[in-house]
Amino acid sequence: MHGYAGKVLYVDLNTGKTRIEPLNMDYARKYVGGIGLGMRLWLDNSEGGVSPLSPENPLVLAIGPISGTIFPTAGNGHAFVAKSPATLGIGEAVAHGTFGSEMKRAGYDAVILNGKAEKPVYLWIDDDSVQLLDAANLSGKSPSETEDAIKEDLQDYYVRVAAIGLAGEKLSRIACIINEKTRAAGRTGMGAVMGSKNLKAIAVRGTNDIIPAKSDEFMEMVQEFHERMKGPATRKYRTLGTAENVLVHNSLFCMPTRNYNNAHFEKAEKVSGEILNEKFVAKIIGCSSCAMRCEHEVVIPEGPYKGTLTRMEYETLWAMGPYCGIDRLDAIIKGMELANYYGMDAISAGVTVGFAMDCYENGILSKKDLGGIEANFGNSEALIQLLEKMGKREGIGNILADGVRSAGQKIGKGAEKLAQHIKGLEVTGYDLRCLKTAALGFAVSFRGADHNRHGAYAFDVKGKVDRLKAEKGRGKMVRDMENLYALIDSFIVCKFSRGTYYKGLSDMAKLYNLVTGIEMTDKELDKSGARINTLARLINIREGLGRKDDTLPWKVMNMPIPDEGPVNGAVVKQKELDLLLDDYYESRGWTKEGIPTSATLKDLGMEGLSEIVKGKGEA
Amino acid sequence: MVKIHERKFVSADPEKCVGCQICEYICSWTKEKGFNPLKSRIRVVRVNQLANMAVTCRRCEDPPCVAACPRDALKQSDETGTIMLDMDKCNGCGWCIEACDYGAIMLHSENKVVHVCDLCKDEGEPQCIKWCPEEALTLVTSDVLAQKARIAAVKKLFQEAKKKK
Repeated sequence: MHGYAGKVLYVDLNTGKTRIEPLNMDYARKYVGGIGLGMRLWLDNSEGGVSPLSPENPLVLAIGPISGTIFPTAGNGHAFVAKSPATLGIGEAVAHGTFGSEMKRAGYDAVILNGKAEKPVYLWIDDDSVQLLDAANLSGKSPSETEDAIKEDLQDYYVRVAAIGLAGEKLSRIACIINEKTRAAGRTGMGAVMGSKNLKAIAVRGTNDIIPAKSDEFMEMVQEFHERMKGPATRKYRTLGTAENVLVHNSLFCMPTRNYNNAHFEKAEKVSGEILNEKFVAKIIGCSSCAMRCEHEVVIPEGPYKGTLTRMEYETLWAMGPYCGIDRLDAIIKGMELANYYGMDAISAGVTVGFAMDCYENGILSKKDLGGIEANFGNSEALIQLLEKMGKREGIGNILADGVRSAGQKIGKGAEKLAQHIKGLEVTGYDLRCLKTAALGFAVSFRGADHNRHGAYAFDVKGKVDRLKAEKGRGKMVRDMENLYALIDSFIVCKFSRGTYYKGLSDMAKLYNLVTGIEMTDKELDKSGARINTLARLINIREGLGRKDDTLPWKVMNMPIPDEGPVNGAVVKQKELDLLLDDYYESRGWTKEGIPTSATLKDLGMEGLSEIVKGKGEA
Repeated sequence: MVKIHERKFVSADPEKCVGCQICEYICSWTKEKGFNPLKSRIRVVRVNQLANMAVTCRRCEDPPCVAACPRDALKQSDETGTIMLDMDKCNGCGWCIEACDYGAIMLHSENKVVHVCDLCKDEGEPQCIKWCPEEALTLVTSDVLAQKARIAAVKKLFQEAKKKK
């Protein structure tokens, strides 16, 4: 077998027993790998309505068919899938590094973790040998410390480790899973699911060769893509990095600022990607097989946070900076390091701090409520203190650690309206009021507010459409992008390399064929992309989500952009959202209620799952 | 004996190396037709995010691996400095591994004899250098390394002097 390892590992944490089953090749063809395969396996191994932090919610780790090869960026990703404690729908998060390729060499396409261990344990996968080892001495350690301790423990420094921090142990709904110090499977609270199983970490060593099916042609394609990786398609990531977005978004007035009170940050110049690179970036490193490298490592050279070392990207910089009104890069970087230390999704963590600051400024949370912190926007010390409290679940941190939706409900007094989330997942750095294609993408994203499920902001930001207009046709644009992004996360390749696939899905189909030997076309791949999105929709329907949840944060629909400038007064009205949703559902072959029709399921070869939509009403 | 200007080896520039492992992948592919870092003759070390470097055989002047081998399985080529292995004699005892200060000679994970970089003698040029996307790897002699270090040091001195002016 080529591409796929052909094996799925089941681990029962209740008993410590493991078993291996052959990979269902029908699933492999239809759902590719990564998030697609992961979600399909999750569905088979769970009951509808399962409580996300119960032992019955399986945590699935899935690798893609290209993993372990030399193909640029394709060798290195892995995906976690489970029901999300944040959204109560399907959760998934992808990370890169070297962990995924090691897992492939160990001989698994997926690992399904069921049940809950009696005591804290970590999973040690050494090719065919799979053990649960005591993790008592790892409790409370950061993912980075955990990785180092496990390497010491196993006396193998090339072991790859994915671990949770204290936030995951304490079941914070914004907890993530981190591998290799700085790479996070960040969104949707997968770290809390792992913590609920008393599973501190997964360590893996794989020794098997990975051999593509058509190796000569494959190596020719690799050579071609090595050239493309050096070209204009990856320029941004190789140079300033995603932090370049700060000034771009700010100039377009599409950078949510101070918890969406503004769309423009007057001090953006102080936290720009340009300044970040000039003053803080010490080194840019790469994941396994990358050929581009993008990971901007920053070091704080002086001041109160001197010596802090972490990775920095636009989203996390934005969340802890402009979104909290903070203009000090050193504090933002320290905040990022703290998020990694406790194992919290840095986007959700920053957005939650911004929310708390808004509550404070509106008199909803008092200085006393906050344990003595004067949490005005722009107070960088408050950012650090609140993050510490969230990581440890101390005081107000106990409420904030579960993200803005949960915190808004618990705090009340109108705090719900200040909680900027979709389906319970915190917003990301695109002001949806003036990016209406993106707004649709965010509203329908199956994992909640996120740019990485569709990348539909590109049409708006690059001026390919009138970004202030909600009109027919946007549905198909979002649909096509969602299909592509689902495939990228299923193959798994890196989204930063998406521009090197000059022929789009045809290039991806060729890659799939050369690695796996399985015939594939661009049309078939697009169908797989549609199938994966529809599968996620079916899961969400099973878990009780529907059209009512395909909505936008309160401020996006009720507080027009106040800033003088090109998009003053922009807002998304319910009527506009309805038009966009109708258009999108139609392009997907779903009913007005967002339910996939039986004809659509048949077309996608998903008749077997029609039980889920039975009785939900067809148009 | 090979002259000081002729004994070449693969050297990584830690300023340029990003730890991407492409050298490992292409090495194992070239030598074994499989992607597997464990079978690579060059290995990447990431001490932390800032410290990345690929390490391979330095072709020492008086190679301790050869001296350590109790079965005379290793010898150094007079012509090129390459460490050569007699597979029939090697029993994988690991004395050479212990002797090497750089971890550049390793036990093969399957056939249980040691392997070490031969500069891709069958390919004409080291594939890791050809494929490194950062141009972090170069084929150098000790003398060239020393030249480069001297030039860098002197340049720095003059820049410092300029600044002070």
